[in-house]
Amino acid sequence: MFLYDFTQLTSSIHSSLVESFGEGALTTTIELAIAGVAYLIFFAVLGLFLVYLERKVCAFIQNRLGPMRVGPWGLLQTIADFIKLLMKELIYIKSADQFLFNVAPFIVITASFLAIGAIPFDKGLQVLDFDIGVFYVAAVSSLGVLGVLLAGWASNNKYSLIGAMRSGAQIVSYELSVGLSLMTIIVLAGTMQFSELVAGQADLWFIFKGHIPAMIAFVIFLIAGTAETNRGPFDLAEAESELTAGFHTEYSGIKFALFFLAEYINMFIVASIATTVFLGGWMPLHIPGLDGFNHVMDFIPPVLWFFMKAFTVVFIMMWFKWTFPRLRIDQLLTLEWKYLLPLNLINIVIMTIVVLLGWHL
Amino acid sequence: MNVIFFYIIAAAILGFSILSVTSRKILRAATFLLFVLISTAALYFLLQVHFLAAVQLMVYAGGIAVLIIFSILLTSNVDFTFEKIDWKKQVFSGLLALGGAAITILTLLQFNFNSLVTKQTVTPDIRSFGRAFLSYGDGGFVLPFEVITVLLLAAMVAAIMVAKKSKQ
Repeated sequence: MFLYDFTQLTSSIHSSLVESFGEGALTTTIELAIAGVAYLIFFAVLGLFLVYLERKVCAFIQNRLGPMRVGPWGLLQTIADFIKLLMKELIYIKSADQFLFNVAPFIVITASFLAIGAIPFDKGLQVLDFDIGVFYVAAVSSLGVLGVLLAGWASNNKYSLIGAMRSGAQIVSYELSVGLSLMTIIVLAGTMQFSELVAGQADLWFIFKGHIPAMIAFVIFLIAGTAETNRGPFDLAEAESELTAGFHTEYSGIKFALFFLAEYINMFIVASIATTVFLGGWMPLHIPGLDGFNHVMDFIPPVLWFFMKAFTVVFIMMWFKWTFPRLRIDQLLTLEWKYLLPLNLINIVIMTIVVLLGWHL
Repeated sequence: MNVIFFYIIAAAILGFSILSVTSRKILRAATFLLFVLISTAALYFLLQVHFLAAVQLMVYAGGIAVLIIFSILLTSNVDFTFEKIDWKKQVFSGLLALGGAAITILTLLQFNFNSLVTKQTVTPDIRSFGRAFLSYGDGGFVLPFEVITVLLLAAMVAAIMVAKKSKQ
């Protein structure tokens, strides 16, 4: 069954392509195109589903039903919304810097595209497997903020500019916490490569292996990750009540849709990294000693495990958004620089001691 | 295949560098500079030195470019453009740039690249980087590493001292 091991599927595609086109540039180009199209489709479907999920979760928390009219349980609602967005006029802004205004959404979406390529969905279902995997994702996701800054400035609108500045300050400072909390687990795992990280969790997930420091790191990662994606309660960059819509106030139609999509995809990327680094990636839940239980768990395909875990984390992040009130900018920066960062540094030292003394499971 | 990609990336680097120095809007220049830095990272990826590529993205594109753009955001307006430079300066700086390019190209052409090929055969991975940073034996970099750490710490403390409000 290819659901359990995608290397067979990819190698069969590769061998059939080699048969018909031979080894060389043409095969490589076709393979690159296939991977690119697959990711584009995945992006679109995932974006539509996450928006639907957000509206349903929000409705559930606020004791409503959410979208119900279009399709069964409103499943087609986001598709209808998307078609409407495509039809919308792209408003030309006379006093904006046209070039930067148009290029900004693409920087944001390219950054999330680059990041999602490194995430392993299953054995062999991963495009980029660098030996510096975690570092690579941290590096490319730091590019997204540039798009936000450019969008805010090029719009030539005071609300957009304030939104962009807030967002910039926020993302730049919370990147530290994201990186350091991932570093805590890298100390435990001894590798940065995603495939090795997943393989190292075959017997037990890192969050249980590293017990107390790993759990602290997980909580910090969730908080900082939510902040990095500009989502509530950290969404002051687009605080509707004060800044209309922050950096994307002036955007309309498909360009707005790109920002919107990037926000949801980034949320999914944060959830996937949390899944891969802390919760075992596509590895089933294994408990050492309980062989029968482990065998039963092995029957669930790894892809399903991955998406189950990732969507659980996504649900938690949506829960944050609809439960907590928005922070002020000074509260936000205090939280990062005075609480999360020192805690994180101490936590790394604790993790190092745990690893050196062999106290992990 | 690699050669084609090399030429695409090289063309991107050259094109964006020229745009970056000729643009008369300061944030556009900064954005083109960002694209140059990203293309350079792509070149490193092509050479399979992933660590260097990620560092390039993290430090230059994600760090320094953000800093530059941030300061431009705080100080300038969309409507602001630089004045056109007068032709004497243009000719002079053009000659200077050509001279610099000529010297660089001549040096590159004279250099014997084949002498390097046999020496380096291992692709550096992240573990060997870590060991090299912290080993004090042969080929270790612990002294420069520590010196840079102290320098950065001093810079950070200084920045906090400057930014701190005085108690009065």
